[in-house]
Amino acid sequence: MRIGSTTMVFTALVATLAAACGGESKSSSPAPAAPVTNPVDPATAGAVIGKVTFMGTPPKAETISMSSDPRCMNAGAKTESVMVSGDGSLQNVFVYVKDGLGNLKFPVPTSALVLDQKGCQYRPHVFGVQAGQPIEILNSDMTLHNIHAWPQTNQEFNMGQSLQGMKDTHVFTTPEIMVPFRCDVHRWMNSFVGVVAHPFFAVTGADGAFELKGLPPGTYTLEAWHEKFGTKTASVTIGAKESKDVAFTFSG
Amino acid sequence: MLLFLFALLTAASTAVLIFAGGLVTSTGSGLSVPDWPNSYGWFMFTFPRENWVGGIFYEHSHRLIASTVGFLILVLAFWLWRVEPRRWVRRLGFIALGAVITQGVLGGITVLWYLPDPISIAHASLAEIVFCLTTTIALVTSPGWRSRYSRRGPAPDDRTLQRVALATLATVYLQIVVGATMRHTDAGLAIPDFPWMFGHLVPDHWDPKIAIHFAHRVGALCVTLMLLATTGHVLARHRNRLELLRPSILLLALVTLQITLGALTVLSRKEYIINSLHVVTGASILATTLILTLRAHRARFGDALGPAGRVADSRLTAGPDHSGAAAGARA
Repeated sequence: MRIGSTTMVFTALVATLAAACGGESKSSSPAPAAPVTNPVDPATAGAVIGKVTFMGTPPKAETISMSSDPRCMNAGAKTESVMVSGDGSLQNVFVYVKDGLGNLKFPVPTSALVLDQKGCQYRPHVFGVQAGQPIEILNSDMTLHNIHAWPQTNQEFNMGQSLQGMKDTHVFTTPEIMVPFRCDVHRWMNSFVGVVAHPFFAVTGADGAFELKGLPPGTYTLEAWHEKFGTKTASVTIGAKESKDVAFTFSG
Repeated sequence: MLLFLFALLTAASTAVLIFAGGLVTSTGSGLSVPDWPNSYGWFMFTFPRENWVGGIFYEHSHRLIASTVGFLILVLAFWLWRVEPRRWVRRLGFIALGAVITQGVLGGITVLWYLPDPISIAHASLAEIVFCLTTTIALVTSPGWRSRYSRRGPAPDDRTLQRVALATLATVYLQIVVGATMRHTDAGLAIPDFPWMFGHLVPDHWDPKIAIHFAHRVGALCVTLMLLATTGHVLARHRNRLELLRPSILLLALVTLQITLGALTVLSRKEYIINSLHVVTGASILATTLILTLRAHRARFGDALGPAGRVADSRLTAGPDHSGAAAGARA
């Protein structure tokens, strides 16, 4: 009993000292600036426009065999991991502001972004959301799917949708580049979502073009992500109401 | 005899279950049915046949076969409890039952927790234990075991063979656990060429996956050498003992097949049928080595008289009239 009391007193002393030390170091560091909400002034906002291209001979898209599920009914569907147009434009590249926004805080859209399962393929194949923005996952197929997302920092999940028209909503709370989705029933089905803390992101279309609008003046690091070819970064400075061109080139 | 046939059926079903489990991992279908024990909300046994598509076919089949094997082991355990004179064999039935229940729970947990490597590896490793248990039960209830393989004289009590066989058994099991680790950590193609490793005899660069894959290849070499030592000893010393010779020859054939399948698994970029056959052949090598090991120890087990008189039961061997069954208690 005496030993117990001594231990308690010693523990309390250590805890007090630790708390005192902790408090001191905290007060010596500068207080972080409060985040600024909705900081974009439309009068000064600029933009970055650009294009993503592929140099070299791209791998050919393959026809997906969907014979394991006759209800997929999407004959001739091609893989979407590498989609390059005749002029070298690279599709499905996620482009976003990686750095330069400081601690600016942006309103999160409340409207859900739809990830559809149609013809046993995800639509869209690559997309972006703001952290906290809902994603509505829809099954438009006459077959069943499981939706399995395995992020590194967000919460992993795996849910089933056994009937056509079923919907589920999911929210990723932490920025993460990229979160993969997969259907384990139909192993060719995959999709990627870029979860960012701001609205400055885009996915290239068939023309390889992207546009990041409404950026406050400043210097930014942009990153372009592709599921097969990795990432490329570029630095850009934009002034008030200025629009800058940025080009990314991947090679195989 | 009927009990033996039922035990044999149960052991064979366990091998089928291991093949089905191999298909689940080889096709990446482990999470295609996201819920457990239900399947997409349906009771497992009423899940509509038309929904067995894609990866669900493999995962749901695996669950149904597992349920069947569980039921067979349940029946086997109670059958043994009712008629088997040897206490340790009766206990073996209930150990198998406990193992298969644990195995089912591990299978469920690994689905609900998104296939964490340690659970999936434990699931794969315990499957082999369940197979060993059902194989052992089938062996020790067989007519040959009961007769002590006495057609060609008393069973040999060769200590060297017993030790080598036991060491081989342990090596094979360890190799299967390393294989399961390689499989569930996605290291199956970490070394993409065969028989070389990145064009060399030993990999010229390393990471954890390459190390696991390398360990499995070294393990294959160790298993082969151990099996050659065991079967070589049988061929040299016990050629006239069919109960030892047959599993030895079978082991030589199986290990040749297994090395071929292992090479083809790498060269075919893990083609799912080849990959799954590699899994079940590994299990067959383990079971055959176990049979050989137990038969090599046969002289050290007691008599196993039939259900007519439970004389081998240690509880019944205390009386002076059951002196012949004293060995049963020792077993």
